[in-house]
Amino acid sequence: MNPAPLIAMAGNPNAGKSALFNALTGARQKVGNYPGVTVERHAGRMTLDDGRPVELVDLPGAYSLDPSSLDEQVTRDVLLGKQEGERRPDAIVVVVDAANLDNHLRFTLQLIALGIPVVVALNMIDLAERDGLTLDAEALERELGVPVVATVAVRRRGLDELRARIDDAVSQPAKAPVEARAEHDFRTLQRRARQIAKAVTVSETATRRWTHRIDSIVLHPVAGPVILLALMFVMFQAVFAWSEAPIGWIESLVGWVGEGASAILPDGLIRSAVVDGVIGGVGAVVVFLPQILILFAFILILEASGYMVRAAFLMDRVMASVGLSGRAFIPLLSSFACAVPGIMATRTISDEKERLATILIAPLMTCSARLPVYTIIIGAFIPNQTVGGFVGLQGLVLFGLYIFGILGAMGASLLLRRTVTRGASSGFMMEMPKYQWPRFNDLLLGLWQRALIFLKRAGTIILVTTIILWALLSFPKPPAGSDVSPVDYSVAGRVSQGIEVLVEPIGFNRDISLALIPAMAAREVAVAAIGTVYAIDNPEDSAGERAIVTNLRERWTLPTALAFLMWFVFAPQCISTIAITRRETNGWKWPLFMVGYLFGLAYVMAGVTYWTAVAIGL
Amino acid sequence: MATAPDISAPLRLLDLACNQPARVTDVDWALLSPPEARRLRELGLDEGVDVALIKRSGVLGGPVACRIGRMTVAMRRHVAGAIRVERDG
Repeated sequence: MNPAPLIAMAGNPNAGKSALFNALTGARQKVGNYPGVTVERHAGRMTLDDGRPVELVDLPGAYSLDPSSLDEQVTRDVLLGKQEGERRPDAIVVVVDAANLDNHLRFTLQLIALGIPVVVALNMIDLAERDGLTLDAEALERELGVPVVATVAVRRRGLDELRARIDDAVSQPAKAPVEARAEHDFRTLQRRARQIAKAVTVSETATRRWTHRIDSIVLHPVAGPVILLALMFVMFQAVFAWSEAPIGWIESLVGWVGEGASAILPDGLIRSAVVDGVIGGVGAVVVFLPQILILFAFILILEASGYMVRAAFLMDRVMASVGLSGRAFIPLLSSFACAVPGIMATRTISDEKERLATILIAPLMTCSARLPVYTIIIGAFIPNQTVGGFVGLQGLVLFGLYIFGILGAMGASLLLRRTVTRGASSGFMMEMPKYQWPRFNDLLLGLWQRALIFLKRAGTIILVTTIILWALLSFPKPPAGSDVSPVDYSVAGRVSQGIEVLVEPIGFNRDISLALIPAMAAREVAVAAIGTVYAIDNPEDSAGERAIVTNLRERWTLPTALAFLMWFVFAPQCISTIAITRRETNGWKWPLFMVGYLFGLAYVMAGVTYWTAVAIGL
Repeated sequence: MATAPDISAPLRLLDLACNQPARVTDVDWALLSPPEARRLRELGLDEGVDVALIKRSGVLGGPVACRIGRMTVAMRRHVAGAIRVERDG
């Protein structure tokens, strides 16, 4: 049995390729990975008019078949049939921006030369028309010698015809594959592309008026940075303000499940494992789903609207001062949600040293996994009062933690770029796409994929670590009548005594030593771990956040709490980040370096905080 | 850089007034690093292409925004300084 024909979607960045891919496949998508590289593989299914299924794969945007980044390398290798784990495509849908033909046709010409059947989607034809361009699609078809379909992915225009042309393309007998042409005819291709673009342009008036108008405000030397700051402020504000209600719903749901389980299960070990370990542990993490999704929603909107590149433009000067470029701003901003997609997004940085420096500092951006730790400690120790009449002290401390992370990252970058990742800057050159309204369905699809990744994480790593921790904390049981607490008597309690020796100088106590081990798996587990410690220590306590806060206030001093917060700003406590760094840097050298320097930094900063706080009598 | 007085100092993209239409006469590729030169070519910069300076960044010497053909491209100053142009109309 033959597998379904494989159609590759290729094109320049900003051609609207992913929107067209979403429109053709709908929600029937699978996001995976190419083996050996961290480039995401987006594949989906589509049914032709006669009912035959075809598989579509959305390749990373590229300017040519001569790759200058990992992404572009995958695009080339797939198209040449050299990518491991991928068949050679049976046909290519080349997506071109109708308003940018002279550039996009160059890659199209290169792709046509490959010898695989090609269908050209003349995409975003509506925006081109809005910009005053009239194009002759039939003339383009004649010039290129391949079928051309005018499409508007976001309005589903031209999709039926595109499907019909894809049907024709895969029904053709296969031709012998041709090798990609060498770089030397790049100029020839470019000139030919310009000729064709000129020939098929019927009329042309003022260009991109709207984009220019917005840019004159957004890129303004004074207004621009103010707008960027305001956007960042609204984004972080929204993460907290909008998430309150959904977090409440999730908490009640978790509570309800916990009570239900308590009622069903007999009192004893199993109940404790299920209620305290599983439901409590996973629940403590899942409540942060709303915040993560809000943050991702903002980032996806900023990206889809075209603003993200403007932000990079505005930030380039600042980034250059620490040896990076505006390009690094995008992965670093994503790292505020989670360092894993952030580190993956560094693939677009073509300079290897600069990319490495960005990877190494990405974990210093305060990711959403730290929020559970921050919120609970701040809630327990920082009084809920206002400073200067209008700024909340708790919010201010949280903001300060973000700033510490950013300053730490800047300092680290400055040092790294002068030492281990020394190298000339690769510069900053980026296409600034047209502004567009982000499409709601694309946004939902993106968020859905993020939510799934997060829940899988909560359901696997976090679930497993909480269960293991619960077991380590519960056994062995102290003999009846012993005055040693159950936690101190357990395996984990004994291990933590070893760690305690190391972290005692920086003000850490037993609870923290215990929490640090499972927090290696994922930071947010620290909260669950501390909760589990208290639940096992005092089984009659009501479980939940309030109990944790009360316990914290009784057992911790303010300097200890502050040192703990500072530790979490810097400490590389996340297996996923370490794993992705290993994969992205092809070895253990850099992740080990990262773990080493971040732990060192965390230790020193937490220590300085503790000693200072004690010295000034807090 | 040559210090000899140049009577017809070439006009650079960087020197243009904002939104003044111009055409590329040639590019001093030697002023650019190989990755920069390559990216610039990929973005369609070539002799004869219509260009304009759209946005000069603030006083701190940040990047500039240029139009290349129908595309807007952010680039650092020295890159716009390597592109020689003639005013168009």
